[in-house]
Amino acid sequence: MNQNPIIHVEDLAIGYDDNTIMKNLTFDVQKGDIFIIMGGSGCGKSTLLRTLTGLIPPQNGQIYIQGVEMGEATNSQRLEIMKHMGILYQSGALFSSMTLGENVALPLQQYTKYTQNKIRDIVAFKLALVGLAGFENYYPSEISGGMRKRAGLARALALDPEIVYFDEPSAGLDPISSKNLDDLILQINKSLGTTIIVVTHELPSLFAIGKNSIFLDKTIQTISAKGNPKELLKNPPNKQVYEFLTRGASHEKRTK
Amino acid sequence: MIDITIKGDKITIFMEGVLDDIKRINLPAQDLKGKKIHLLADQIDSWNTPFVAELYGILKNTPKENITFESLPNGMERLLKLAFQTGNTPHTNTNKRLGFLERVGEKGIIFCRSVKKGCIFIHQCLISWKRQLMGKAVYRSKDFWLVLADCGPKAILIVALISFMVGLILAFVGALQLKTFGAQIYVASLVTIGMTRIMGAIMTGIIMAGRTGASYAASIGTMQVNEELDALQTMGISKTDFLVLPRMNALLLSMPILILLSDIMGILGGCFVCVLFWDIPLAEYVKYAINSFDMTNFLVGVFHGMVFGLVIAFCGCYFGVNCGRNADSVGTATTKAVVYGIVWMIVMTGLITLACEMVGI
Repeated sequence: MNQNPIIHVEDLAIGYDDNTIMKNLTFDVQKGDIFIIMGGSGCGKSTLLRTLTGLIPPQNGQIYIQGVEMGEATNSQRLEIMKHMGILYQSGALFSSMTLGENVALPLQQYTKYTQNKIRDIVAFKLALVGLAGFENYYPSEISGGMRKRAGLARALALDPEIVYFDEPSAGLDPISSKNLDDLILQINKSLGTTIIVVTHELPSLFAIGKNSIFLDKTIQTISAKGNPKELLKNPPNKQVYEFLTRGASHEKRTK
Repeated sequence: MIDITIKGDKITIFMEGVLDDIKRINLPAQDLKGKKIHLLADQIDSWNTPFVAELYGILKNTPKENITFESLPNGMERLLKLAFQTGNTPHTNTNKRLGFLERVGEKGIIFCRSVKKGCIFIHQCLISWKRQLMGKAVYRSKDFWLVLADCGPKAILIVALISFMVGLILAFVGALQLKTFGAQIYVASLVTIGMTRIMGAIMTGIIMAGRTGASYAASIGTMQVNEELDALQTMGISKTDFLVLPRMNALLLSMPILILLSDIMGILGGCFVCVLFWDIPLAEYVKYAINSFDMTNFLVGVFHGMVFGLVIAFCGCYFGVNCGRNADSVGTATTKAVVYGIVWMIVMTGLITLACEMVGI
């Protein structure tokens, strides 16, 4: 196994204000992995993602991204890490006052010194990568939910990030759009070697794309299983994981 | 009819006839502790959900294995069994009710936290201002022009109308009093000084707080709900640079112009009343208005307006950025932006008036 994970999380506790949602979280994400964070509704998956991306501070523990401890990172180190990280939010989070082209161009204008023409070319290319070639001048309100997610992904990919986070990518999508997005995630991982971290509880999606995963258990407030989702289904380490991965099939029946 | 029979630890509830929301079951829930309940029915003509709900309300703390059914209408039995399927220990709210002192303490902590948050926001705004002066602030000029169009040209009509009406009211009320001394002509001075010194600025401020401050809070609050603010933060773009600076700049620029317009319209409103209702010749009104116009008063009014612009933009953006993540929070943020905007405007008016008094302006 690779000894230098791209993300190393140690003894992390997450939550808001005085309310701890999850604790003692320790896991590694290897470079090029598709890593699934799964668990029931309200177990803290999105909170973990927000903590990993620096939106909320951890209550305890350390997060190392590319070897840099985020709590001790200087502003310039933090900016450098953000530059190498893209996020696709649940709603797409496109800026509604900007066209798709302007949305994708924003990180390029912020972090690079490319000319306007060069930026225009990159924007067209990134939109084409997600199947939205020619949609530069559309506003987010003029396209469908699935297209908004794709455009959000194009913006997340704008700076060729090494890590891309996905927060519930299938939420609000029909099965076909959801599958298409899964295929896109696989293609991006395969073609660009991007490390992908996905927060989801959609079973078809996590079995289709997941190489590694952690299961967040609400009852014990920590990770109760790690590994490949398909392997976890074959050899579930506990009742919660089995029931989750089989949509509530009785664990007792299986063990009889 | 409902008949309740108690024999030892067994209670039989017998039901017949029409069971509707008027029927009451006279059996206190606490009497059922440790008892076995037998629900027996015979010749039920009709029943409805409110009756079943009342039955459930009485039985809800009884273990389901202690309840037996006999001859109940099929639908009624299914409904009760469905209600008991998740076990009969309904979830109880474990939140402790706070005492008076604890509530006061909690409010105090919330107040201190919001003061701290406000100070941090002011600090971030000052840093963004500094970055802007050094040419390092990140915002799109297109956004600035869009916001400026919204809080400038699009606000002209409402500011002009309200200011005209205020001038009109000021002249009408003033003239009623001055008439008793035969000094109606001084209405021109009253309106001119009143509008240029403070009324123009206050009226413009209140209109802009309701119109633009609310719009700032709502648009930024909606961005919070749509995770757009998170996206900005993770892109390493400062929220105060990108969202607050263009809005503050636009209001700072448009307020003096709107105040000039408000002053003119107010004086015109006064003129309208004087000429039409109090038979003061137009030339006289203009003469007295020009004589009482003082540049210092006008500049004090404009200064008020610029401070109000900052207060409105600050309140609108602050409550937008600190908005919750649901539709209701956007409404709350908008209301707070307007209310706090107006309150702080009045506080700032008091402070500026005091400062002017001390300096002798």
